[in-house]
Amino acid sequence: MSKQVVEKLKEHFSTLVLGDVEYRGETTVTVERSEIVKICTFLRDDCGYNFLSDLCGVDYLGRTPRFEVVYNMYNLTDKTRLRVKVLVREESPSVDTVSGVWSTANWHERECWDLMGITFKGHPDMRRILMPADWVGFPLRKDYPLQGPDREPYQGRLS
Amino acid sequence: MATETMTINMGPQHPSTHGVLQLILELDGEVVVKATPHIGFLHRGTEKLSEHRTYHQVIPLTDRLDYLAPMSNNLGYVLAVEKLLGITDLIPERANNIRVIMAELTRLKSHLVWLATHALDIGAMTVFLYCFREREEIVDIYEKVSGARMTSNYFRVGGLSEDLPAGIEGIIRKFAEDMTGHLETYEGLLTGNKIWQKRTMDVGVINGQDAIDIGLSGAALRGSGVDWDLRRDAPYCNYAEYDFEVPVRTEGDVFARYKVRLDEMRQSVRIILQGLDKLKPGPVLADCPQICLPPKKDVVNTIEGLIHHFKIVSEGFKPEAGEVYVGIEAPKGELGYYIVSDGSTHPYRMKIRPPSFVNLQALPQMVQGSLIADVIATIGTLDIVLGEIDR
Repeated sequence: MSKQVVEKLKEHFSTLVLGDVEYRGETTVTVERSEIVKICTFLRDDCGYNFLSDLCGVDYLGRTPRFEVVYNMYNLTDKTRLRVKVLVREESPSVDTVSGVWSTANWHERECWDLMGITFKGHPDMRRILMPADWVGFPLRKDYPLQGPDREPYQGRLS
Repeated sequence: MATETMTINMGPQHPSTHGVLQLILELDGEVVVKATPHIGFLHRGTEKLSEHRTYHQVIPLTDRLDYLAPMSNNLGYVLAVEKLLGITDLIPERANNIRVIMAELTRLKSHLVWLATHALDIGAMTVFLYCFREREEIVDIYEKVSGARMTSNYFRVGGLSEDLPAGIEGIIRKFAEDMTGHLETYEGLLTGNKIWQKRTMDVGVINGQDAIDIGLSGAALRGSGVDWDLRRDAPYCNYAEYDFEVPVRTEGDVFARYKVRLDEMRQSVRIILQGLDKLKPGPVLADCPQICLPPKKDVVNTIEGLIHHFKIVSEGFKPEAGEVYVGIEAPKGELGYYIVSDGSTHPYRMKIRPPSFVNLQALPQMVQGSLIADVIATIGTLDIVLGEIDR
C-alpha cells in the first residue's frame, strides 16, 4: 500500500519527490521542503493519512543540508504508516508549518523548535515548550554539550 | 453586560494537575474562556541521554517516562530496537507471551491509578483506596518478576532478562480472576451514581474528527467513537493470537472515556488469562549471541559466559544504519519510538512519541466554555503523566 502511495505522490508531484527508501518494511519519502504543506494536504485528503503520529527533527552535523524534519503519519482506515522527510539547511533552518493540516503538529513543531532550533513559518504559537522561555541554545543539536552549557564535561564513562 | 475576565494559575502543585502541569486559566466567573497548559518542569533530556548510551543502557531510561506503566515503555523501546536489528521474528514464543501478560498487567496498574486519582479529583475517596489496594498486588508481582516495584528493568532486546519466578503464574491468575469482581465494585460505586454522572456526562466533549486531528490516541480516542487499537490493528508480540474486544463509545465525554477504560480493564483480564493458558516451557531470549546478554547462571559459572556478558555490556551491539518507527498501544495511547541508527553502538537519534504529551494538547479545546470544576474532571480523564510529557 505504501508503495502505491509513493507512486501516487510521484505522479502528482514528480519534481517534488526527491527519493524514497524501504527499510524493515517502512517507507520513507523525501520531498521538497518548500511544498511540504501542499504534499501533506494531499497525503491527508487523497491518500488517507489523517493521523500525524509524530513530527521531529534530526541533526546530521557535518552533512549538507544539516537537518531533517521527519513526519511519521498513519492512515486510520487502511492501517498503514508512511514517513515523509524534508531536508533543512543550517543557514536558514525553517519549514512551513503543517499545523493547518493536522492540529496535532502544533506542539510537535514547538518542541522541534525548542530542542532542535528549526522554526516553522506560519506557526500560530511558536514558543518554547519544554525549556524555559529564556533558555539559550537548542539542546538536541549534536554540537550542544550533553552536560549543558557552562559545565565541566562529565569525567566518568557514559558508554 | 460586559464582564471582566480573571486569570488564575492552576498548578504546578495543584493535586489534580497530576504532576507538575501548570494551567493558566482565563475565567469569566466560573466559565473557562481560555486554558493554556505550561509543561517542561520535569524535563530530564531523556532523548539526548539516549544518544550517549548503548542500546541496552537506554532501557532503564524508558521506564522512568510514564512511571505508572514502566513495562509498556520498556516494551515499546525493545520492540523498536528489535525491528531496527531485524530480529523481530526470532523472539521466542514464551518471551512474547510473558511480554503480553506483563504489558496487560501494566495496563491494569496504570488504569487503576488513573481511576483512583480521577475519582479522587471528583470527590470519590473510597474508589481511590480500593484501586490502590489492587494496584499494590500488581506492584508485588512486578517486584517478584523484575526485582523492582516501579522502575522495572525486565524486558531486553531479544526477549526478557530471565524467566518468570516459580509460582508467579498462580499468583497472576488468582489476581486476574479476582479483578473481575473488583471492577464490578468500582462500577457499583460510580457508574450509576447520580453525582458521578452529573460530573462526567457531557463534560469535556470532543468529537471523533477533532480527536483524530489533534492526535488523541488510546482510550481518549476510542471514547470519541474511533475504533482504533494498535494491539489489534498493528499487532506486536503475538497479540494477533489473542481473542479480545476493543471497547468504543461515541459520546466523546468524560463518562465515555471512563467507561472505555473500565471495559478495557476487563479485556486485559481476559488477555492475561489467555496468556497464562498459552505459556509453554521454552527459552525467553532470542538465539542472537551478538545482541542478547547471556543467562545469568552462565555469567557467574563459566568464563565464556562472563566474557560474552562483558563484551556486550562494554561494547554494545551495532545495528546497521537505518531508521524505524514502532508504536505500541500503551495504557495512555500510542507510545512511539522513532530510532535512527548510524551503524554505531548507540542510537543516533531517538524520538519518543509520548501519548500524554499529545493528549494534553487537546485540553484547551475540550474545556473552553465549560466550568472550572469540569477542567479537573477533564484532566483526569485524559490520564496524563508529566514524566512522559516532559521526558
